[in-house]
Amino acid sequence: MAHIQLKDGLPGIRGLFDFRPETAGALCELADVLLHQPSSLAPAERELIATYVSSLNDCFYCQTSHGSIAAYHLNGDESTVQQVKRDFKAAPISEKLKSLLAIAGKVQKGGKQVTAEDVEKARQCGATDIEIHDTVLIAAAFCMYNRYVDGLETWAPLDLEVYKPRAAAVAQGGYNRIPSDVRSQVNGTRA
Amino acid sequence: MPHITLTEGVPGILGPMLFRPETAKPLNQLAEVLLREPNSLSPADRELIATYVSAQNDCFFCQTIHGAVAAHHLSGNEALVAETKLAPEKAPISAKLKALLAIAGKVQKGGKHVQAADIEKARKEGATDVEIHDTVLIAAAFCMYNRYVDGLATWAPQERDLYRQQAAKLATEGYVSSTERVARPLAAAEGV
Repeated sequence: MAHIQLKDGLPGIRGLFDFRPETAGALCELADVLLHQPSSLAPAERELIATYVSSLNDCFYCQTSHGSIAAYHLNGDESTVQQVKRDFKAAPISEKLKSLLAIAGKVQKGGKQVTAEDVEKARQCGATDIEIHDTVLIAAAFCMYNRYVDGLETWAPLDLEVYKPRAAAVAQGGYNRIPSDVRSQVNGTRA
Repeated sequence: MPHITLTEGVPGILGPMLFRPETAKPLNQLAEVLLREPNSLSPADRELIATYVSAQNDCFFCQTIHGAVAAHHLSGNEALVAETKLAPEKAPISAKLKALLAIAGKVQKGGKHVQAADIEKARKEGATDVEIHDTVLIAAAFCMYNRYVDGLATWAPQERDLYRQQAAKLATEGYVSSTERVARPLAAAEGV
């Protein structure tokens, strides 16, 4: 049971968006800019960074929902998502993404863990300043989202199939539709 | 030196915010709702939670600027801010705020550290669901801001008076568009 009174049936962070729409707006917009809006990093790469950090933070809801979105962007390739979570160095991904995941893993432990060598390695693999910036902020943001979801002990479905329809909708439409989604559910006209 | 090229003379989070205004907007908006918009928790209480978590994360810039904002709201009582950072359970603050700081400290370690007993304790001291929610989200958000600031190795000035001056502006004018209001003039002063 969640630590505060949330509406039944809205899993993970969605129950919290419904509880406090005033903070949901900024949280959704941040996710949309970092994960969905145009970037030189593919949406799949950015979702893999989010999934990897969520798995390091042991947040079931976030690693499952974002892992599902990453798999959608990878034409349903769930095994790559699993490999990235388990051991990204052995996963079939670019050297650049591996170097960015290494930075993200350091950020998860703490900001000061990121060294000049980590950043230099990413640059040698072709990462730009904005890609390094976004990697650090995606990792930092998921250290927030994960703590928010688990710190209030929200509910998450265990059936992985349940995550797929929403993953497809978010992959296509982005994160900014979530607040209006919540509002329409409040009004009883589920979108 | 920061890990990416940021405008010189722009301190802490304002450097990366100036670098990437697209993410600065929701980051400032979140801080505004959590720390400044009307709430049953006072701005001083909320800034103390932010300061305490930033101290636990050893983020010099965040704990210094939010500590200065907290002190501004407390009529300049910097000793109270220092005591809260050091040992909240002994600081001269309400029992409710102590219970909320205990929850924030658990969130800093990881979401799953928060126990039903921690929540029960806060409720007994009068905390509402929204106050518990906001405490968890302030603590979680500062686990983000702190990592953002230190993960990019941003520069932070040492002079405490600079923080006092900026804190007074943040307390009265708010966080929304603080990048434009604070960072641009500093960048201009550097001749950038």
